[in-house]
Amino acid sequence: MQRRDFLGLAGATALSPLLGPVWAARAEGPPRRLVVVMLRGAVDGLNVVVPHGEAAYYEARPTIAIQKPGSDTGALALDGHFGLHPALAPLLPLWTDKKLAFIHAAGSPDPSRSHFDAQLYIENGTPGRGTTPDGWMNRLLAALPGPRNPTDALSVGPVLPYIFKGREAVANLPLGAKAAQPMAIDRPDVASAFDKLYAGNDRQSEIYRQGRAARTQLVADMGSEEQKMADNGAPPAEGYPAIAERLAQLVTQDKHIRLVFVSLGGWDTHARQGNDKGQLAERLKALGTGLATLAHGLGPDWNDTVVAVVSEFGRTVHENGNGGTDHGHGNVIWVLGGPVRGGKIYGEWPGLGAAQLYQGRDLAVTTDYRHPLAAIAERHLRLDDKALTKIFPGMPSARGNFADILAA
Amino acid sequence: MIAARILAAGLLVALIAPPPVYADPVADRQILHLLNRIAFGPTAEDVAHVNTIGIDRYIEEQLHPEAIPEPAVLSERLAPLETQRLGAARLFAEYGPPPSETRGGAKPTQEAIDARIARGDAILQQARVARVWRALYSRRQLQEAMVDFWFNHFNVYAYNGFDALWVGNYENEAIRPHVLGQFRDLLLATAHHPAMLFYLDNQVSTAPGSPNARGLFGGINENYAREIMELHTLGADGGYTQKDVSTLALILSGWGFDYRNLAAGSGPAFVFDPSRHDSSDEVFLGHRIPAGGEEQGIAAIDILAHSPATAHHIAFELAQYFVADNPPPALVDRLAEEFLTSDGDIKTVMKALLTSPEFRDSAGQKYKTPYQYVLSAVRAAGAAPKSPTPLLGTMAQLGMPLYLCPTPDGYKNTEDAWLSPDAANVRTNFAVLVGSGALLNYVPPSEAHLVVVSTAPGPAKPVAVETGALEALLNPILADHTRAAIAGSPAALQAALILGSPDFMRR
Repeated sequence: MQRRDFLGLAGATALSPLLGPVWAARAEGPPRRLVVVMLRGAVDGLNVVVPHGEAAYYEARPTIAIQKPGSDTGALALDGHFGLHPALAPLLPLWTDKKLAFIHAAGSPDPSRSHFDAQLYIENGTPGRGTTPDGWMNRLLAALPGPRNPTDALSVGPVLPYIFKGREAVANLPLGAKAAQPMAIDRPDVASAFDKLYAGNDRQSEIYRQGRAARTQLVADMGSEEQKMADNGAPPAEGYPAIAERLAQLVTQDKHIRLVFVSLGGWDTHARQGNDKGQLAERLKALGTGLATLAHGLGPDWNDTVVAVVSEFGRTVHENGNGGTDHGHGNVIWVLGGPVRGGKIYGEWPGLGAAQLYQGRDLAVTTDYRHPLAAIAERHLRLDDKALTKIFPGMPSARGNFADILAA
Repeated sequence: MIAARILAAGLLVALIAPPPVYADPVADRQILHLLNRIAFGPTAEDVAHVNTIGIDRYIEEQLHPEAIPEPAVLSERLAPLETQRLGAARLFAEYGPPPSETRGGAKPTQEAIDARIARGDAILQQARVARVWRALYSRRQLQEAMVDFWFNHFNVYAYNGFDALWVGNYENEAIRPHVLGQFRDLLLATAHHPAMLFYLDNQVSTAPGSPNARGLFGGINENYAREIMELHTLGADGGYTQKDVSTLALILSGWGFDYRNLAAGSGPAFVFDPSRHDSSDEVFLGHRIPAGGEEQGIAAIDILAHSPATAHHIAFELAQYFVADNPPPALVDRLAEEFLTSDGDIKTVMKALLTSPEFRDSAGQKYKTPYQYVLSAVRAAGAAPKSPTPLLGTMAQLGMPLYLCPTPDGYKNTEDAWLSPDAANVRTNFAVLVGSGALLNYVPPSEAHLVVVSTAPGPAKPVAVETGALEALLNPILADHTRAAIAGSPAALQAALILGSPDFMRR
């Protein structure tokens, strides 16, 4: 994809057959980071970035629609046609500052309305093909140049998600209030005794050693944060904003971290989802506050960070009989960060008229979710076509031009 | 007590070894393999029992849990958990939301809401405590393994609305009685239970324009109709369409709560409400379902329960849980056949599974889930924890908090899902705490008012696990290099090293 842009960028250096090493040299400088936030359960994108210019939107959603901008409970104006859910007010400064963009009507080309299949297709990077043995962020990690470090990639949470599954070592750490509490393995006598048990070449031993290496580094990184918390006399907090704050601390301390994945659940709003207030609004408020906290907490590192927020599919255009929405198709992807050319809604809006809906009920998908992610990998992480082919094998040529979404 | 027996076994080993207590290492490995799969790992007592009656009779015994007497320690520990014995309606009336919240009265005060949450949490805590005591101490170990399996198959999430009140009741009334029974009965019991009706929103699903369609109960909800096919029966590739999802939602409209019984605290929580039901003639998965009431839903559930796609889906999942992450296709096909020819008799399918060569030859192929790992460590150590809270805390720390899988697919049981760098750290940490005896003597002060501590007197100070006994029990599954590494390590750490070894992480 976007061969032209890639070549234009490459023109600065001699294009040699040893493309990898050349790129490695080119990629020196401040580390560039990608944070992917996955909203598991299918967030209702039509109430995140609200098409208030469409009469059909209000016809389809008599009780859960977000009102037009201008009233207290209305959407926050983005452009003439779209508005932001009012609970996402903490993100509005980023929009005004042109550091936040949306791609509407984005999603998977696969038609599945199963959460689990659709999440797998977002994570393995091959929609419709469930047998792909690894996740696209692990393949992305493999493509990044430079020497390996145990904390190059970090998954926030106690388990490794499919998106990071694969050959490359990925650290994981729950960033709850007890993230940095001492463990037996921190004691040298315990560690050396267990090290002998896990000295083999088997998968368990490898994972054990990755865990030891990552913990040694992350505990050192977090130690200062713990101290700061203790100095403030405040107990460590839980919730998205607190996790975002710890993540920001960790990333500013540890310049090795280049890829981060966080997943957040609770978006499957089949009943009583609410409108400007209620279940969905509460979740969005926590998420918006968390993302704003991350942006703020990263300080100067924000300039080298891109955050992408994705979900497995969208929800039905029409509200159901219980004040909720069922499984749909197209959704909105959020992209924010220092390098983002924001303040703009990207993608091709298909409209909500009866004839424009996918299978007569859902927002159509006009942007393959892989295209903006590939553009980020290419423009921000400076990866070449060959790498992109490995990260997203079988990805069709891009229809839109998402290179614009990032500053060159 | 178990601990005393283990100690005795350890002394015995010390006195008479060599020759080893286990004369036939192959047979011993096979016993441990069996107990690793149909129980939450071996205890010294179970190994002795299987040694006495033989593997085949033990399997047969476990397939008939109703005939196995439970030990006194279990009834003692369950006795204080009084909410475990209350019905769904009573739980709602006594521990549910303040009445005004459901009857449209005055807004409840913050105190009333806080008290409600605290009371609801106490029920959830009792359910968790009961689950752990049963898994540790029940002699019906296969039944408890099947509870773990089927609960995840028919998962509900305790933090979803009223479900904190009901997960324990759901497990006790809809799951446990059917875990080795007819699949159709199990499916129907979950379909009727308020925990499932609430979690997957069917209780609000209402035929549009029906006499009682109003407000929250204004129309159809597809959530349960989709998941019952995708997750509970046919499987995602089971050949249904979006049209089948919509049709099934109509068929199941009106399956909901009896709000009068819930308020009164007695009687069934489930009611079929004809005034919210779409009674039209339907075609579902190619079968005609004539116009009618609740019997339409029963007919649809019968179709699903007897479908070959369901048989294959269940066979695959059982083989994945009990045999291997990628189970042998030939075994899955045979189990699916058993399922179909036995009319969905789970006992028949499990007997075929447990006596299959694929099962016999699969020792060590599974990586324990956090739930299995924590329970197996405590059982192998022969320890008597005062409170299950530290065990529950470790499960949560490993990403598997009990009753808190938010998604309807339940917790996975594969290595991919649970083997992670952070998990390696947390598991070794837990092994050290169990080995030292520290964790098992611990009752967190902040939770003392919620935790029902056993009346059985425990040791006043932590008692470290006796290494010799643990070695004698687990030796057959430890690799040579594991044994060598442990032998060369400080004595005080050896029990922890056994429990934290790569070999003990597997089953």
